[in-house]
Amino acid sequence: MQKKDLNWYISVLLIYIKYSKKDIRWPVNVINHKNNMIEQKTALYQSHLDHNAKFLNFAGWLLPVEFKGIKTEHLQVRKTGGLFDVSYMGEFFVKGENALKTIEHLCSKTVATLKTNEAQYNLLVNQQGGVVDDIIVYCLEKNQNYLLCVNAANIQKDWQFITANNLGAKLSEESKLWSQIAIQGPNAFKLLLYFGIKQTSAFKIQTVTYKTEPLLFASTGYTGEIGGEIFVKNNCAMDLWKSLLNKGKDLGITAVGLGARDTLRLEKAYPLYGHELKEDINPYQARLSWVVSEDKNFLGKTALLEQKLKTFDKYLVGIILQDKGIARSSYLLFSKEGQEIGQLTSGTYSPSLDKSIALGFVDKAYKQINQELFVQIRDKKFLAKVVKLPFV
Amino acid sequence: MKYVPEENYYTVDHEWAYADENLVTIGITEYAQNALGEVVYLDLPDVGQRVIKEESFGVVESVKSMSDLIAPVSGIVIEVNDTLLNNLDSLNDDPMNGGWLVKVEIDNEKELLHLLKAADYKKIIDKKK
Repeated sequence: MQKKDLNWYISVLLIYIKYSKKDIRWPVNVINHKNNMIEQKTALYQSHLDHNAKFLNFAGWLLPVEFKGIKTEHLQVRKTGGLFDVSYMGEFFVKGENALKTIEHLCSKTVATLKTNEAQYNLLVNQQGGVVDDIIVYCLEKNQNYLLCVNAANIQKDWQFITANNLGAKLSEESKLWSQIAIQGPNAFKLLLYFGIKQTSAFKIQTVTYKTEPLLFASTGYTGEIGGEIFVKNNCAMDLWKSLLNKGKDLGITAVGLGARDTLRLEKAYPLYGHELKEDINPYQARLSWVVSEDKNFLGKTALLEQKLKTFDKYLVGIILQDKGIARSSYLLFSKEGQEIGQLTSGTYSPSLDKSIALGFVDKAYKQINQELFVQIRDKKFLAKVVKLPFV
Repeated sequence: MKYVPEENYYTVDHEWAYADENLVTIGITEYAQNALGEVVYLDLPDVGQRVIKEESFGVVESVKSMSDLIAPVSGIVIEVNDTLLNNLDSLNDDPMNGGWLVKVEIDNEKELLHLLKAADYKKIIDKKK
């Protein structure tokens, strides 16, 4: 290299070193998200700002990850309750005389048995037997009118899948029109009573009116606590949210972020699409055989059952770390002999147990309860045990 | 985040160092604990272990994130905050005092001159707001 070129090279290198500050790593976020998506805000964004939320970008949305602290919020939800802004979820309406036929075709679990004002967990499965998404199906009027709530990251993909495989139903993509609020915890129904919503068992729907606007409530949720989720039009959402915050204070119910939402669902071993569920993971190996109805026809049935006949190499298990440490998604699993036997799909610190818990796929030979194995965290191996699920 | 005592040295990695001749107490700053969130795991070296300036000497994790602890100076670990290891809340509640991490006997007091003074560190964190 000529002396002139060398000097130029060194200048560029020094500038790079000066500006690539080490504190960019502080802290390193372990929640994966696509950095190149333009951030959307929910109708409740200003309230989160006013309550000093820390934000992150999730599936292209700017969302509150915590308010008072993840551990504090998590324990509060289990003790009294919390309010979650889940407006980023997608909403599709399926209507008309071919509504049930279409949904039955797209989903793995029988939908025909749902009565009006009942809901259920289900999977959208493509012809290759791949799980496109996990969803909640709300039966608003049996045979005629259904709402599908889908994951934020899959809205476009799911809509394409549904329209491509529609059997003559009237489809309506309304994700941008609806906000959604989850009210979860032991005091949830006490709070909901102020809004005319009665306590019911799980997966039941009620429609009530709030200041002349209809609210759709279902006793569903992702925390394992009682309560439910309200669908409300965007223009009314902030008003409702503020009302809930106001009345919730004395019941120990405050706003809770995405951070606690993840620790809460993981304690209950609820799958998160993109982690425990993907297009190349079969429901039978992911503890979801109960969501596959073998006695009806659906688009993905043949492929799913063919896969089931070959035994799977890997199965989803839950593990608890026996040593102090935090197990996280993508960490590798090893046998006592040092063989690599699997990988974690989700992992975190469990505030309820004060231990680290994780879900992951492991070789068939290691999937039984009480099996000891090791999680590799950085350059050390930490002892863990396969446990019965849910964790809490 | 306003709490940046004058008597400490600081680093761009948001650690503080308090020097009592060649015995240096090291911790993470108020800014760091706030960015991290509630600490749920802390890995510190053993007494007698060597730490090397600008290299990792441990790890701190919160529910949603983790960070290496970067040594501001080189030396031998003389004391580790065992009380803290038994109650991680102190790291969030009192990072500048009770939440100290390790005490190191340093090789060379001159290394302290390379560290930031309180005023310079304040400038860095003020820029972040």
